[in-house]
Amino acid sequence: METIVKFERDRREILKIAGAAAVYGALVAAGMARPGAARAQGAWNQGAFASKSLADVVKAYGGAGAEPTSEVAWGSTPEIAENGAVVPISVTSRIPNTESIAILIEKNPSALAARFQFPQGTDPMVSTRVKIGQSSNVHALIKTADGKFYVATREVKVTLGGCGG
Amino acid sequence: MADPMRIRASMQGDKVLVRVLMSHEMETGQRKDESGNIVPAHFIQSVTASHNGKPVLSAEWGPAVSKNPFLQFQFAGGKLGDKIQIIWTDNKGDTRTDEAIVS
Repeated sequence: METIVKFERDRREILKIAGAAAVYGALVAAGMARPGAARAQGAWNQGAFASKSLADVVKAYGGAGAEPTSEVAWGSTPEIAENGAVVPISVTSRIPNTESIAILIEKNPSALAARFQFPQGTDPMVSTRVKIGQSSNVHALIKTADGKFYVATREVKVTLGGCGG
Repeated sequence: MADPMRIRASMQGDKVLVRVLMSHEMETGQRKDESGNIVPAHFIQSVTASHNGKPVLSAEWGPAVSKNPFLQFQFAGGKLGDKIQIIWTDNKGDTRTDEAIVS
């Protein structure tokens, strides 16, 4: 049953993308967009980005829960960030068959900051910079190819908030 | 049209290390201007990277990614002279495509 529900969701995603592609095709025809950009039209998971908690983000990606793991290296991620507007985050997963890594900031208005997907051949590691409004737990949410979710958590203290502008 | 990205792709042993700096406001939609009006959200939502046309990374972002986003990742199977292409699209439908050669 769960599979059917998931399939239905996937089907709707596909239809949504197909719809976007049709609009996009028209734009290309009208000379308003460049064909190369089509690949950037991935599905943006609105539900996930509206989620307030780790549990809701996991749900938005079709999972039931995430198992805590210590198989994550945080690289240059600071424990104390002076400027919350630009906090370097670096995550490396040592979990075999890591398919995606999502970065969540627990106390931000929306928990999910970014999610990265790694095709075969790309190392399950990513560095970026995020805004952190106030001292918060930062989660690295990992999904493996067999659909399991794992989470590693680290506290980042912020001396100057990053969401005020 | 947004400013070009700065893309550096270099061989690190047998892997290609890719570093990207994008030029974007990444406005959260939470901030108010001087007259107290909410500044509408404007942020990159999707990023894809390809190596000689084959996808090597895709990302979906929210407004919590910092202004002028930075991205670093690495992949196997590349060599000097290969082409790296990065594409982003934001929530207003603006998009930008840039390329670099592995050096």
